[in-house]
Amino acid sequence: MALRTDSRPGGRSRQGTEGTVLNVFSHAVLIIWALMVTLPLLWAVMSAFKTDREIFTSPWSLPGGLHLDAWGRAWSQAHMSQYFVNSLLVVACSLTGTMLLGSMAAYVLARFDFPGNRFVYYLFVAGMSFPVILALVPLFFVMKNMQLLNTYPGLVLVYIAYSLPFTIFFLSGFFRTLPTSVAEAAVLDGASHTRTFFQVMLPMARPGLISVGIFNFLGQWNQYLLPTVLNVGDEDMKLLPQGLVALAASQGYKGDWSGLFAGLVIAMLPVLGAYIVFQRQVQAGLTAGALK
Amino acid sequence: MQHGKYRFIAGFLVLPLALYAVFVISPFVQSIYYSFTDWTGLSSDLRVTGLDNYRRLWHDDIFWQAVGHNVLLLLVLPLVTLGLGLFFAFMLNVGGRRRKNAAVAGVRGSSLYKVVYFFPQVLSIAIVALLFQFAYNPNSGALNSFLGAIGVDARPEWLGNPHLALWCVTAVMVWSNVGFYVVLFSAGMSSVPRDFYEAALLDGANRLQTFFRITLPLLWDTVQTGWVYMGIMALDSFAVVQIMTVGPGGPDYSTEVLSFYLYTKAFRDGQAGYATAVGVALLIVTMIFAGIVMKLGRRERLEY
Repeated sequence: MALRTDSRPGGRSRQGTEGTVLNVFSHAVLIIWALMVTLPLLWAVMSAFKTDREIFTSPWSLPGGLHLDAWGRAWSQAHMSQYFVNSLLVVACSLTGTMLLGSMAAYVLARFDFPGNRFVYYLFVAGMSFPVILALVPLFFVMKNMQLLNTYPGLVLVYIAYSLPFTIFFLSGFFRTLPTSVAEAAVLDGASHTRTFFQVMLPMARPGLISVGIFNFLGQWNQYLLPTVLNVGDEDMKLLPQGLVALAASQGYKGDWSGLFAGLVIAMLPVLGAYIVFQRQVQAGLTAGALK
Repeated sequence: MQHGKYRFIAGFLVLPLALYAVFVISPFVQSIYYSFTDWTGLSSDLRVTGLDNYRRLWHDDIFWQAVGHNVLLLLVLPLVTLGLGLFFAFMLNVGGRRRKNAAVAGVRGSSLYKVVYFFPQVLSIAIVALLFQFAYNPNSGALNSFLGAIGVDARPEWLGNPHLALWCVTAVMVWSNVGFYVVLFSAGMSSVPRDFYEAALLDGANRLQTFFRITLPLLWDTVQTGWVYMGIMALDSFAVVQIMTVGPGGPDYSTEVLSFYLYTKAFRDGQAGYATAVGVALLIVTMIFAGIVMKLGRRERLEY
């Protein structure tokens, strides 16, 4: 680009200083917000290494020594390890189910003409704009009548059902952009529709599956409202965010602050760690829906 | 062939549709029906009482307080969050020192800023709410001890103060959502063709004018989507209120919101029918909000 801003008289120098001032200003502003984001998180990590006394008397100073006993208390006595395993189990099942059922429905809705196609599609898509809380009370009793209340299979089914609208919306848009010729060739070669879907179309849709998979993983892993209402039976069955809140109530009562911060950090670090490793994919996955 | 096609379609749709119908659609529909009954939720007895629940809502002071808080959140939360998001995204994309002939340049390390800003977005809202419950603690919390360290004598009670509690909740929701919009808007801004900015600079426009005349109009669709997202978030805000605020619900109901009111009525007070009426009210507020955003936001779509 042969564009010269300095062709105007005085242009270069005036804009040069303006640029420098702006540059300094923007860095200052950006750094302030970066600090506002990281300091509360660092404060929690620091507090997890302190004694209860240090937490109360000097909240911002570095810990006097590395006190690791709080971590042990949170991990084993306070059941954080149990909650972690529970969450892994539930989300592994619900994520698999969501991706399988969501991509199946999305594929059929995107690529096949049949009466009622648009109706079913908009029925699913409408689910994106309704707050879950509206359905909560009857949902509780639906689960109770089906003997699914306080069970993992019940929770998994509900997670899948509430993840379907976005998954179908996103993936059917994605399937529509894939070339039709490949699928037609597969069918001509004698592959059944089912086989074409699993062996040809799904591998082609991989980028879309990854984006929506990350979106659903974070949504289900971080879910708080649904388990708070639908999983209130056994203490040992709580999921991670839910268990952490219960821990806060009981440890706060006992005054075990360091144990509480350790629990918070245990819940926080795996997700943050995974995010830092896969930051590009995570950012793309979470913002994908809004950019459409 | 044709027969096989329909069997295939039915086979692929039946399970997702069944799950969706049982766990999503049927509860929504039932919710509206129950709002006309005196159902307690404790037994299966219920009587259809017509508009009784809605009449009771009309005279329920706590309900109106919750509506007021939701409307306040609805106005403040999207405005502040999207405003900050746009501001930071603009700084990231055009705040850089100008190199050679480029009309605009991103600041150095902009991807690092984006990574950090996005942190709260990957954490469960339950974790964020707990973290700030501790940070707001008047005696040992991060905030008051920080104020003490920089020499401010005031030690507000934050969540314990009925005038401050709702603002504390709002601040936490802003804190956790700004990063998402920085990343979102930033992606939108980097797809604006560079020569638009170059042309504007040649015409003597300053950065403020470039922002309002070029960047914002081109991003308008994304901003509008963000506005709807943040609005839905403002109408929910269940987890932050339930976990963070005293009571929960705040001193003197100062942080009571519709979602939390619905929850207490249904699962603490055994008034499931009344709770669903609160839900229907929430649905109405949601629809009015969506209607206003669509109406105000309608502009000619710019293709570039």
